[in-house]
Amino acid sequence: MSVTLQVSSEVLDVRRAGSYFVISLTAPGIAEIAKPGQFITIAMGGEESSMMLRRSFAIHQVQSRGVYGGTLDIVVSVHGKGTKWLSERRRHDTLAVVGPLGTPFSLPKSPVSCVIVGGGYGSAPLFVLAEQLRDRGCRVDAVLGASTEEKLFGVLELKRLATAITVTTDDGSSGFKGNVADVLPELIDRVNADVVYACGPMGMLSAVAEIATRKRVFSQCSVEEAMACGIGVCMTCVLPVIGDDGVTRMVRSCTDGPTFRGDRVRWSDVGTIPEDTYGAPVSGVRS
Amino acid sequence: MSRALFVKPSSLSGPALSVDMTASFAGLELPSPMLTASGCAAAGKELDAFFDITAIGGVVTKSIMMQPRSGRATPRMAETPSGMLNSIGLQGPGLDRFIEEDLAWLNNRGARTIVSIAGETAEEFGKIAQRLRNVGGFEAIEVNISCPNVADRGQVFACNPVSAAQVVQVVKRNSDARMPIFAKLSPDVTDIVEIADSVIKAGATGVSLINTLLGMVIDPVTMRPALAGITGGLSGPAIRPVAVRCVWSVRQAFPDIPIIGMGGIRSGTDALEFILAGANAVSVGTSIFNDPSAPFRIHGELQVALAERGFSSLADAVSYAHRPVDTTREDPITSEQSSDDDWDFISE
Ligand SMILES: Cc1cc2nc3c(=O)[nH]c(=O)nc-3n(C[C@H](O)[C@H](O)[C@H](O)COP(=O)(O)OP(=O)(O)OC[C@H]3O[C@@H](n4cnc5c(N)ncnc54)[C@H](O)[C@@H]3O)c2cc1C
Ligand SMILES: Cc1cc2nc3c(=O)[nH]c(=O)nc-3n(C[C@H](O)[C@H](O)[C@H](O)COP(=O)(O)O)c2cc1C
Ligand code: FES
Repeated sequence: MSVTLQVSSEVLDVRRAGSYFVISLTAPGIAEIAKPGQFITIAMGGEESSMMLRRSFAIHQVQSRGVYGGTLDIVVSVHGKGTKWLSERRRHDTLAVVGPLGTPFSLPKSPVSCVIVGGGYGSAPLFVLAEQLRDRGCRVDAVLGASTEEKLFGVLELKRLATAITVTTDDGSSGFKGNVADVLPELIDRVNADVVYACGPMGMLSAVAEIATRKRVFSQCSVEEAMACGIGVCMTCVLPVIGDDGVTRMVRSCTDGPTFRGDRVRWSDVGTIPEDTYGAPVSGVRS
Repeated sequence: MSRALFVKPSSLSGPALSVDMTASFAGLELPSPMLTASGCAAAGKELDAFFDITAIGGVVTKSIMMQPRSGRATPRMAETPSGMLNSIGLQGPGLDRFIEEDLAWLNNRGARTIVSIAGETAEEFGKIAQRLRNVGGFEAIEVNISCPNVADRGQVFACNPVSAAQVVQVVKRNSDARMPIFAKLSPDVTDIVEIADSVIKAGATGVSLINTLLGMVIDPVTMRPALAGITGGLSGPAIRPVAVRCVWSVRQAFPDIPIIGMGGIRSGTDALEFILAGANAVSVGTSIFNDPSAPFRIHGELQVALAERGFSSLADAVSYAHRPVDTTREDPITSEQSSDDDWDFISE
């Protein structure tokens, strides 16, 4: 079993990036062992907080050595009260962190052609991935999409890491006017892609997985499901995924995921229990 | 029923250095009163990465049913002030795989296990108990009767004293005579003491108090119920006063029965509240999601809290809040002069 740590982290820096906040924190032990696609959870609002549930964040950058020992960066999009609280943290504040969590992206053994696709802050975990793919001699083409320019994350940085980058925005404020699914098929053909890695909203992942499967390209998607525990004990974060034996099961996205093979997730059935799921109600009449 | 209920702390002079944390009840002798609440710790394996799972009193496993179950559609949870709603729908691997994998792991690891069982009919509960009896390898059974009774148009067993008793009877009949059986009650009833009375008469060794309260959240954005299952069970510190009241009431009615208390325990003093109200042991659920080490941390905090109050053992604190009010003297716990007959032991 993989190692998971519970640590007290110190906030080193909070800075703005477009409409996001990038938070650097010490994460002794976690930074050293984190793999691309894994995430951390952070407790919100201190010991007496009325927010009982931890929030999940993809590990964006890691530094395993330095003045502070292991440190890592997360990218925070302010969504509700937890992420708002987090964005208001300042240098030297402490955070209760658990990680690294989840199944990482699996990396190709040989130098193949890879496309990485990020939607909004979904690009956060793709930077370390891109680096490691490059280290393995892979070609890495990136597609970053968002509704509007300020919601793109890390275009400049990714330009440095990727062989080439395509940007899309729904409103056309930056790059191609449209979404990642509009440019992906042509890109896959042009670079003769072997693998597509994606992280972003469920709708985007569903479209990317469908395109990759249609083009017979292997895909890995990192999903975002609401989680209560993040460590595999509560069963809130499940979605229907087809196993090696062809059987659909409701699997935990926090431990079995967040990265799944795109062709194995039953995207259009997410949010339901498909009738042929292992253990599904037989009669349909069920509490 | 003749055991003493009110036992005085033996050390009255300052915090004791060490407190005997042994929880002895229902024939069990656990090194700690801390348990994991069913459904909040799976079968202990994941939490063992955060603390030594054998160091706490035991693991109460996720309620297991006969067959594998997919559970309900998502979203299955919504955060609420100091709590959450869940509507998992008892997703689980079914009894066979539970025994082969989860129970086997717990036994290998040397953890003490209380197996929580659930069923759609009283017969299902019975069959599960029978199968478990043949397998062994656990300390007690917790009967989750807060699930819908198919034979009673889905009415929850725990809300009807007759159905609740039926389930307990069947489980009792199919279990080893010495096996402690805890009926886990729902607070969503008019009179929880009546239900407790009914399950005790049916043969339950003790009761676990409390399961979640039925609740609902409407998402202001979608303007629809936030959970796919529409309603869900409310848990966490938000329900703690309700849980403490239930433990108190049942303890008052039954001075001797074993009680496992739970509902929003987050710290040592929270656990202490339940112990003082009459719980012999406590389970930690939702707080595990906030702090995966919570059961272990709270054990330490409870020990300190007991020492600070002059208790030399956990057993002395059980039901201590029920001691008669004495207006003529100082509280005995802070007074050096008090003697054994300052307050009475009740017995029948
Ligand atoms: C594996 C994973 C990785 C993630 N990575 C990032 C990241 O790198 N950057 C980032 O900004 N966000 C990320 N998220 C989403 C982030 O966790 C949510 O936006 C955040 O939990 C919302 O909390 P809140 O208090 O602001 O919102 P509220 O709406 O107040 O939250 C209420 C509850 O719902 C849950 N919730 C609400 N929205 C989401 C959501 N979109 N996903 C999961 N749970 C949700 C919360 O955890 C909380 O329990 C990730 C989520 C997952 C599951
Ligand atoms: C996600 C979740 C799943 C639960 N599953 C079960 C279960 O399977 N069986 C059961 O008896 N209680 C279950 N419960 C109830 C808890 O065991 C406990 O009684 C309740 O949550 C109150 O304790 P808490 O506030 O410490 O969580 C569940 C609670 C939660 C939050
Ligand atoms: S979030 Fe609890 S099991 Fe995944």
